[in-house]
Amino acid sequence: MSIVYNFEDQQLPPQNTYTMLNLLLEQKGLKQPTAYKTGTTICGVIYKDGVVLGADTRATEDTIVADKNCSKIHYISPNIYCCGAGTAADTEMTTNMISSQLELHRLNTNRMPRVCTANRLLKQMLFRYHGHISAALVLGGVDSTGPHLYSVYPHGSTDKLPYVTMGSGSLAAMAVFEDGFKPNMEKEDAMKLVRNAIAGGIFNDLGSGSNIDLCVITKDKVEYLRPYDEANLKGKRQGVYRYKKGTTAVLKTTQKKLDFDVVRTTVRAEPMET
Amino acid sequence: MTSVLSDINQEESHYAPKQAYFNPYEQNGGTVLAVAGEDFSVIASDTRLSQGFSIHTRDLPKTYKLTSSTVLGACGFHGDTLTLTKILQARLKMYEHEHNKKMSTTAVAAMLSTMLYSRRFFPFYVYNIVAGLDEEGKGCVFSFDPVGSYERETYRAGGSASAMLQPLLDNQIGFKNQHGVTKTPLSQEKAIKLVKDVFISAAERDIYTGDAIVLNLITKDGVKVETFPLRRD
Repeated sequence: MSIVYNFEDQQLPPQNTYTMLNLLLEQKGLKQPTAYKTGTTICGVIYKDGVVLGADTRATEDTIVADKNCSKIHYISPNIYCCGAGTAADTEMTTNMISSQLELHRLNTNRMPRVCTANRLLKQMLFRYHGHISAALVLGGVDSTGPHLYSVYPHGSTDKLPYVTMGSGSLAAMAVFEDGFKPNMEKEDAMKLVRNAIAGGIFNDLGSGSNIDLCVITKDKVEYLRPYDEANLKGKRQGVYRYKKGTTAVLKTTQKKLDFDVVRTTVRAEPMET
Repeated sequence: MTSVLSDINQEESHYAPKQAYFNPYEQNGGTVLAVAGEDFSVIASDTRLSQGFSIHTRDLPKTYKLTSSTVLGACGFHGDTLTLTKILQARLKMYEHEHNKKMSTTAVAAMLSTMLYSRRFFPFYVYNIVAGLDEEGKGCVFSFDPVGSYERETYRAGGSASAMLQPLLDNQIGFKNQHGVTKTPLSQEKAIKLVKDVFISAAERDIYTGDAIVLNLITKDGVKVETFPLRRD
């Protein structure tokens, strides 16, 4: 089926031309391409001396699992990381751009970037795009003023909270947080809590699955644990599915002679590259 | 000359009459798979019932034992599956009382087809596969579309992961795209292994398939049921 659109017939408004055009084409039956969505569980908590961020590792394209082990905890700066949910390309590009801007900012100011700076850069960029950039983020880090944790919504609003969840599994994860969160937890307890919250998302939300990634950020150290835990073990296949040689039909064989010059004819031993 | 903007606004005008829609159907996911052998057939399904991004239950097999040699696999809209199986059981009982014998698998398939077509313009949103033994004691599988078109086959996958499983079965049971192999008849053991393996793979990539599988082996001695765990994420 082809859709013919005559640009001469109708005057297109100068602003949002493509948005309107897409709307019109959609009404005429055009299907827009679908992007990878990370139907996701991401979360974070503040504990005694830092922040723990967590994420699952499933990326879906509609009802199909597109990536069984994708990385959803993005690097922002040495002391700040950011979990992303929504359209995979949007979260990846947004965090990359903010990471780049913050690095230039660090070079200009000669100071470690602060989490509130990253937060403001993110929200101003997302607000500019009126929610068309589908990135729901959990931003966490430790700076000169201590540990900080933010959730950033696609339209540009942000919350600063001691424990946050995002993505399609956010309700399952928040249920675990509401049950188990205490202020000023020990590191092990905080990690266990985040693990359980992500596991809640993995098992109860179909958009989330596979492994659990964690990122523990403290004043002078970052532990990026990938995978921290494998919530599901893959089933063991019982049959053997190797094909015998020659199973693939050869339809045509052609032989071609190559012209070449003999450069050297001696053969000598050479140590193997290891 | 109108602009695109006013064009669109006209269509979404407040004054235009609005049609309210009611959608009685739901997609509850799940996968069924049936294989016919020489003197047996295997029919299996996963046990996950879901809607959207959430799981209703992890323990609902989508196979229904109809007679001692016939098992139905049904997935799609679970509400319709419930009604359809209930009517089917009633019709089978009526047949038994009238004819003083149990219905054959081929007769069950033919009856199911007419039952589905009777709802041609308000269909049961169910994908059915019937497996069992035919009058000669050979394994048989019948697959249906929601409005009653059916055919006898040797293997068939239905439901949310059917598009993943069917090509694999074509290759492994139908020996499609395999050059110069001896087409050996399928043994019971190989069929069961293959069905399990194929579900393990489907659970990896289809979000609506998982939790466990229930496997029914139908022979002249009756139906043997076996369960097998799958990943739960």
